[in-house]
Amino acid sequence: MAGSQWELPPELCCRPMAFVALTGLDVVYNAVHRAIWDAFCANRRADRVPISFKVLPGDHEYPKCRTKRTSYEWYIPKGIVKTGWMNKHLNLVPALVVLFYELDWDDPQWKEKQSECATKVEIVRTSLQGRNTKVAVVLIQKKTPLPPGEDLVASERASALCSSCDLSGKSLFVLPHTDHLVGYIIRLENAFYEHAQTYYYTEIRRVKSHKEFLNKTTHQLLFVRHQFKMAFLSELKQDTQNALKYYRAAYSLVHELRAHETNMLEIKTMAGFINYKICRLCFQHNTPLDAIAQFRKHIDLCKKKIGCAELAFEHSAWMSKQFQSFGELFDEAIKLGLTAIQTQNPGFYYQQAACYSQDRKQMAQQLCQAGTTYPSPDPLDTQSGGLDFYGQRPWRQGHQSIDPTDPEKEKLGILALQIKERDVPHSELIIALLSNAVAQFKKYKCPRMKSHLMVQMGEEYYHARDYTKALKLLDYVMCDYRTERWWPLLTAILTTALHCAYLMASVKDYVIYCMELLGRASTLKEEQKSRIEKNLFKVLMNDIPEAESECDQSSVGAARSLWTDRMALSGSNELTVEMQDYIPFIQCKARFQSPSFHVDQPIQLQVFLRADCPHPVSFSKLTVSLSNQEYNQWCVVESSGQDSMTLLPGKPRCYNFSFVAKTEDVGKKVEMTGIEMMLGGDSGRCVFLSWRGAGGDAASTQEALQASRSSRRWGRGNEARQELDWDTLTLQHSTMIISRVPRICVQLSHQPPALTNEMFCINLTVQSQEDVMAKDVKLTAGLKPGQEAGLGQTTHVTLDGSSVCDDNAPALLTDVPLGDLTPGEKLEKCVYMKCVSTGPRIFLFHVAYSIDTAVEGRHIVCNCHKDETVTVETVVPFEVSVKFVSTKFEPLEQVAVDIPFLLMTDILSSSPWPLLLSSSSLQLLTVTSSTPQLQSQLQQVVLQTGESASECFCLRCPADTSSSNTVATGQYVVSWRRKCSSADSPLIQTTVTLPHVILESVPLYIYADLPSFGRVRDSLPVRYHIENRTAQVQEVEIAVDPSDAFMFSGLKQVRLRVLPSTEQQMLYNYYPLMAGYQTLPQLNISLPRCPTSSSPTLRRFLPQRIFVKPQGRQPDDASIAAA
Amino acid sequence: MFHICLLMFSPQNYPLYIRSVPCQNELKFHYTVHTSLDVVEEKVSAVGKSLADQRELYLGLLYPTEDYKVYGYVTNSKVKFVIVVDSSNTSLRDNEIRSMFRKLHNSFTDVMCNPFYNPGDPIQSKAFNGIVSGMMVQTVCVF
Repeated sequence: MAGSQWELPPELCCRPMAFVALTGLDVVYNAVHRAIWDAFCANRRADRVPISFKVLPGDHEYPKCRTKRTSYEWYIPKGIVKTGWMNKHLNLVPALVVLFYELDWDDPQWKEKQSECATKVEIVRTSLQGRNTKVAVVLIQKKTPLPPGEDLVASERASALCSSCDLSGKSLFVLPHTDHLVGYIIRLENAFYEHAQTYYYTEIRRVKSHKEFLNKTTHQLLFVRHQFKMAFLSELKQDTQNALKYYRAAYSLVHELRAHETNMLEIKTMAGFINYKICRLCFQHNTPLDAIAQFRKHIDLCKKKIGCAELAFEHSAWMSKQFQSFGELFDEAIKLGLTAIQTQNPGFYYQQAACYSQDRKQMAQQLCQAGTTYPSPDPLDTQSGGLDFYGQRPWRQGHQSIDPTDPEKEKLGILALQIKERDVPHSELIIALLSNAVAQFKKYKCPRMKSHLMVQMGEEYYHARDYTKALKLLDYVMCDYRTERWWPLLTAILTTALHCAYLMASVKDYVIYCMELLGRASTLKEEQKSRIEKNLFKVLMNDIPEAESECDQSSVGAARSLWTDRMALSGSNELTVEMQDYIPFIQCKARFQSPSFHVDQPIQLQVFLRADCPHPVSFSKLTVSLSNQEYNQWCVVESSGQDSMTLLPGKPRCYNFSFVAKTEDVGKKVEMTGIEMMLGGDSGRCVFLSWRGAGGDAASTQEALQASRSSRRWGRGNEARQELDWDTLTLQHSTMIISRVPRICVQLSHQPPALTNEMFCINLTVQSQEDVMAKDVKLTAGLKPGQEAGLGQTTHVTLDGSSVCDDNAPALLTDVPLGDLTPGEKLEKCVYMKCVSTGPRIFLFHVAYSIDTAVEGRHIVCNCHKDETVTVETVVPFEVSVKFVSTKFEPLEQVAVDIPFLLMTDILSSSPWPLLLSSSSLQLLTVTSSTPQLQSQLQQVVLQTGESASECFCLRCPADTSSSNTVATGQYVVSWRRKCSSADSPLIQTTVTLPHVILESVPLYIYADLPSFGRVRDSLPVRYHIENRTAQVQEVEIAVDPSDAFMFSGLKQVRLRVLPSTEQQMLYNYYPLMAGYQTLPQLNISLPRCPTSSSPTLRRFLPQRIFVKPQGRQPDDASIAAA
Repeated sequence: MFHICLLMFSPQNYPLYIRSVPCQNELKFHYTVHTSLDVVEEKVSAVGKSLADQRELYLGLLYPTEDYKVYGYVTNSKVKFVIVVDSSNTSLRDNEIRSMFRKLHNSFTDVMCNPFYNPGDPIQSKAFNGIVSGMMVQTVCVF
């Protein structure tokens, strides 16, 4: 195969390992030997020594060693390195031959076996005549050996065996066939490895020793050969540092060789080999920069060494291979842990390799035309079937002079090579390399490089006539270039793609690429565009397009017949092309005239079209699809033969559509879902250009952005321009249909704020300003939805203002029919709101009606509505405060059972409007009224803002109240309304729950009967009542303190007993001496039996002071008489 | 005669200005420059990370190919300049390229100052063209 001529030989690319031959093992029939062999070759991981083992028969013939040259004086080398040399040292000439022999130390037939073994060693030695290969013997023993020195027989017999086999003691090994086979084997192979290393060491020395016999004139080739051999042997010895040194030396020597046309290939081949080895070792030593530097040097040195001009493709092939193999080495190193970067990764080398392969292809096309018949006899045939030396010509092997020996033979040879080159699948090679490179660039974040290479791949597929694959690749990368807006590159790709589509006769692709090449993104010249446009019209007419200019003749013929078939095929004559993904030659932009339309207006829609191609384009149909398909029928233009359907180059055209929206679509959005334009007609082929939404294509967004920037700068200039500016046209792809503008007047009147619980009245006035009857007027009134969640429960709306509504009334009254309104008619309505809680509320008044109207001659029934909202604050009308006081108007913390006390209420108005308090009442619980009939003291009282009204009730807690500590007292109900509201408006009952009281029971109750005032020097009779409220007899001690203001008569100190539930009376006659408020003589009461109730607690029931009037001028005789 | 190619890109990476001397093989230049944007993008995003480097607009040699050397430069408004020269053109060293970029940047600033120029549009300024031509003739014809 011609391609493989450039492949590196496998023996060069493998890792050299010491070669050790194992003989005397019967791995087929002997299980023990099989196990030993398996232990050697199985599981060779990195931690085992690098040896390649081979089992050979005992009498194997090793390659013969040629007699060693004693002098190089008359020797002229025929080439640099022989093709078989590396393989010979890797696989044929062992560093060590190991003879396995089954023999125990105590074998009964020791003597015979010893001599048999010696014979076998001798056979091996003979066959290795002249080589430095070592021989070693391994005795396979059944018994475990004793520790060294203990087994005297063993050591004696060992030395006997050594001497009979002529072995050194170090070359005799014992392998007991016991449990620890692998362990023994590993020890054995380490020993073998040492022997092998010695062997290679001596070999290197031997090659080195030749140097002194060489001279620089005739033996230049040998210098390279010897360095190469030493390097390779060093590798076998695993001495990679020295190997690298020798290879580098060999590399510089190879370039010192006299190069001429005849040996150029040999020099390059060897330079390539050595370079490969150097780079490989550098990567292995983890010095990738050295590898790259070496490779660069190598390329720079060899780039210009083209050699034979007729075979220039060979040079490119070789260069390509250099890059490829370096790329592979690099890639391998990366797999072993090297990190590459964006600007230095194997991809570049693969790419360059592909590049040289492309050169090779081109040169092959240029150079390989001449030869028609392959020369006979084949000049490339050699007797051995291969070459003796790497990189030589088969027809003149070993020839080293400057001029070819036989010019005729040379010519034939070149011809043969050229003819062979013609059969090389160049494109395949290029594509393989490119796809390698693509994979690398993908890894190292080079998307554009990747695209570029994919374009190249596509082009290569195109050249290889695999158009389907070519289109697939080109199509894939096209959109990258489209989004990056690189029009020259996009145009180039499109042109190739158009060729592919033409040659495949793929109608749809052909049409698409034509359209884009005609578009504004294309950088083609006008005449090319014109040609393409004509072709496009031909296809539309179901005709065969003209051939693309750069296609070769043979494929054009094939394409023509394909097109003819395609044309004959009827049926698939319609195709739809999505324009959004391309930059086609017809641009489309559509917009609704306004973002919203009233339902009684026609909806207006404009479609702008512009052709960028050089010739006018006619189309047969333009349709706009809308989200509601019922409107689609209004948005169609069809050609009727006149020029309205022709687009002139570069001139935008506008198509207007209008339609009447359906009334049920009010509140909905109408969207353009697509625009379709039909090119061609029924006679030929039709192509539907389809835009999604409201038009635009792959480039229009950016253009619009750019245009908006410039119009922002030059906004003023824009308006002045007469002509439509295409770029600033904006798309408006949807519109709202909104209801007709109502022509009624809705007014609200009310008196805010609302008071809690009142029936707040809002007066609604609706007046029609319509020209015709407004029918079905409906009112929706109440709390506007969407406010705080709790408001719905605390707001009630009703139309009935005569009574207070209950909690079942809704928060929003819906669709209250108000009848019809004639033009100009006025309608009033009161709506009552009851707000239970305070805070702001938004009330909505929604008046809806329907009206007959006509739009563009069509009668429609429009529903109109008008909304009014009002925000109303709700406040508390008044505050009620309540307190309990004793009969002495002292605040009470506790209420004594069965003793009268006072309840005082206070109503403080906080309403901005005057309030009329209609009445108030107490609804008592537990406690009873002391007065027989409770009468409201607040009837018909009017309170202005900030005024307050008070009431006082005397209450008593009945004696039989249960002993519980606190008791509920009941409720206070106030009924009221706004003063300004009409008299028949309902009264609002506001209920205030009275506070609980803490009860207290007193064992003894004392109270005094005394007149409301006294008079100086006038007798003042006071009677004290002492009641025992307990079930026991109470002993009471009473003493009266003297007082300056009074004289008195009565018992000054007394001790008395009060029987249960009875009372005692004490009568005193006080005689006031001073006028004014006077403190009454203090009564000290104590209950010896009941120490808790002391004198002060009892004293609180008694009056402290009394007002004493001065003596009158005419004293009342009666009172004196009483004193 | 050496080749030289000069390109400028918008921040969105589409070309604002392309000029190459001589004109043949222009497409190949375009591809080369377009691919070099990978490296420019990478370098620009790397600069963003370390604030200290932000002052340096010159990106240096972007990557060497067999045939061309590609140099890059990014203005503060992320407009990119790229110069491609033949690999064999050894007379243009880093310093020369750097000063070419600086000159370009200055005249680009002049273009931007033109109130009639809309940023993002292809550059069609005659003055700019003249400066670029002068620069190219100078570099190409010295040899």
